[in-house]
Amino acid sequence: METPKAIISVKNLVKKYDDFVAVQGLSFDVYEHEIFGLLGPNGAGKTTTLEIIETLRDKTSGEITVDGFSVDKQAQEIKQIIGVQLQAAGYYPNLNLVELIELFAGLYGADIKPMEMLEKVNLQDKAKAKYKALSGGQKQRFSIATTLINQPKIIFLDEPTTGLDPQARRNLWDLITEIRNAGTTVVITTHYMDEAEQLCDRVAFVERGEIIALDTPDNLIDQLVNSGFERKKEVKKANLEDVFINLTGKEWRE
Amino acid sequence: MQKDIQNSNAPSGANGYSNTTATLALAKASFRSIMRSPSAVVFTLAFPLIFILVFGFLGGGGTHIDVGITPGSDVNNPVIGMMEKTGMIRLVKDKTKAEFDKLLEKGNVDAMIDVHRKVNAPAYSVNVVYTSASRDKGGILKSVLNNLFYDKTLKPSVAEIRESTITGREYKTIDFILPGQLGFSLLSTGVFGTAFVFLSLRQTLVIKRFFATPVKRSSIVIGEGIARIGFALIGALFIILLGHFFFGFTLIHGAVTVVNMLLLATLGVIVFMGFGFIISGIAKNESMIPPISNIVTLPQFLLSGTFFSIEAFPNWLQPISRALPLTYLNDAMRKVAFEGLGLWDVKFQIMILLIWGIGIYAVAVKVFKWE
Ligand SMILES: Nc1ncnc2c1ncn2[C@@H]1O[C@H](COP(=O)(O)OP(=O)(O)O)[C@@H](O)[C@H]1O
Ligand SMILES: [Mg+2]
Repeated sequence: METPKAIISVKNLVKKYDDFVAVQGLSFDVYEHEIFGLLGPNGAGKTTTLEIIETLRDKTSGEITVDGFSVDKQAQEIKQIIGVQLQAAGYYPNLNLVELIELFAGLYGADIKPMEMLEKVNLQDKAKAKYKALSGGQKQRFSIATTLINQPKIIFLDEPTTGLDPQARRNLWDLITEIRNAGTTVVITTHYMDEAEQLCDRVAFVERGEIIALDTPDNLIDQLVNSGFERKKEVKKANLEDVFINLTGKEWRE
Repeated sequence: MQKDIQNSNAPSGANGYSNTTATLALAKASFRSIMRSPSAVVFTLAFPLIFILVFGFLGGGGTHIDVGITPGSDVNNPVIGMMEKTGMIRLVKDKTKAEFDKLLEKGNVDAMIDVHRKVNAPAYSVNVVYTSASRDKGGILKSVLNNLFYDKTLKPSVAEIRESTITGREYKTIDFILPGQLGFSLLSTGVFGTAFVFLSLRQTLVIKRFFATPVKRSSIVIGEGIARIGFALIGALFIILLGHFFFGFTLIHGAVTVVNMLLLATLGVIVFMGFGFIISGIAKNESMIPPISNIVTLPQFLLSGTFFSIEAFPNWLQPISRALPLTYLNDAMRKVAFEGLGLWDVKFQIMILLIWGIGIYAVAVKVFKWE
């Protein structure tokens, strides 16, 4: 395998909120065209790290480059080549999805057809609906559509599947995989391990603002197994989620 | 795809990103949103229209008739004495002929009276001049005088009443009420609308999502401003035209007057939006906006000559009235609409508004919050 090219490079990132150190010296690279997962419990510092890379928050110290641009001096250039889904974000009130996409097209200076964007995330039937009237899964798909408007090189998804039902979650995994297959690098945070195992090429475990492990899911599992670890209970060929999906069907529910 | 290629090739800095496009996209979005927001429409249109309807149909409130005494007229005669006793007539004295002529023409005095003792007779000759600017009150005065003329005690002493009418502009209640309502509509749109929008965009993290795009902060403010001003002007135009065609609101120079009024309206909204920016910065949540906004709007609603001329206020209140920006907007609007003055003639009012604007925005820059 050729050596992968790092599109994001984070070195010794530190973020303090007053006295509280939320991120303590993170270093990692994200490779071009991969799905990179930041995993960790709530409060680990995932959102903080992401938003610093997205140039939305200031860092305390450290060095970050995104596609060669420095977050300190070239925030504007970075914003033009990334797509951002915030963990919690609202959309302009009283507008329907097409109008919201038009607004973002203007903000990015991108020349796109709103309906095509909605088709990419299978929301063409909701074109005239208001964001507020969407289901959880549809909201996340719409948010992802807004990250694609400027045809970004990298998209950041902060807990896109939190709170979704199993169908909507799987549906989103498919969408994210498609986006990556189209050549976009994806950085995603989650605290679901099954999701990371399915979706991510490499994952970093973040705990209290530090990276405690970083590798492919396969390697991490192998390392654990090689160290003599065994699950207490014999693993069955399916789990309860498989039963649920099997019973309720895999199709979209929204 | 085109864009992608451009991005990867561009060294750094400008690669065709247009702030204007972003600003206009925001203005369009914001305008759509305002038009669909019931509260904005109610504040800007329904509220002022209700007042205009009420006053338009009620006509001029408490009736008193201002009668000027022509310089040189006899003042110690039974006719004027009786007029004073009616309690309805206010006599205006001690002005020059030229001043009276102006007042009469505008309808600020409803009639002039000139009383002279007839040569070689005990009786008086009464000369009354009405003005077409105040036909209703002229009519009332006429009947009052007729009653006096046939009054037994006066009869012998009054020989004749000569009447004539000068043509002046008719100054109707609507000519006073409409500019006041318009001013207040601009104040509410500017203050409430701006405060609500920026607080809610901040709290619902809409602005944060905007910041993840290359848009500039100035584009966000200007885009919102364009939408708000556009909306306020449409509201103003609607109020003016409705007033003109249904209630006879005077537009002396027609379309030119309308344009001048809209220019004043623009200045007004921009100044008032400054209050909105300040309030969005200091309010912690949406429920704090109405009380804080009312602190700004209510005193101006009451004291800036929205309903009554500020000259009707007690002396100690007048300096407060004269400190408020809406007073000057109302004043300028009335002068432009009814007296037909140009914008240069109301430069004093415009200057005061500008001074307010500078002061307000100086504070707004300090207290406005983006996140
Ligand atoms: N704006 C802030 N001010 C102060 N503390 C914050 C702020 N944002 C996050 N934190 C704290 O930093 C830590 C990391 O938060 P966050 O990055 O949101 O974690 P995660 O996304 O992994 O759940 C948490 O303890 C959180 O309380
Ligand atoms: Mg988070």
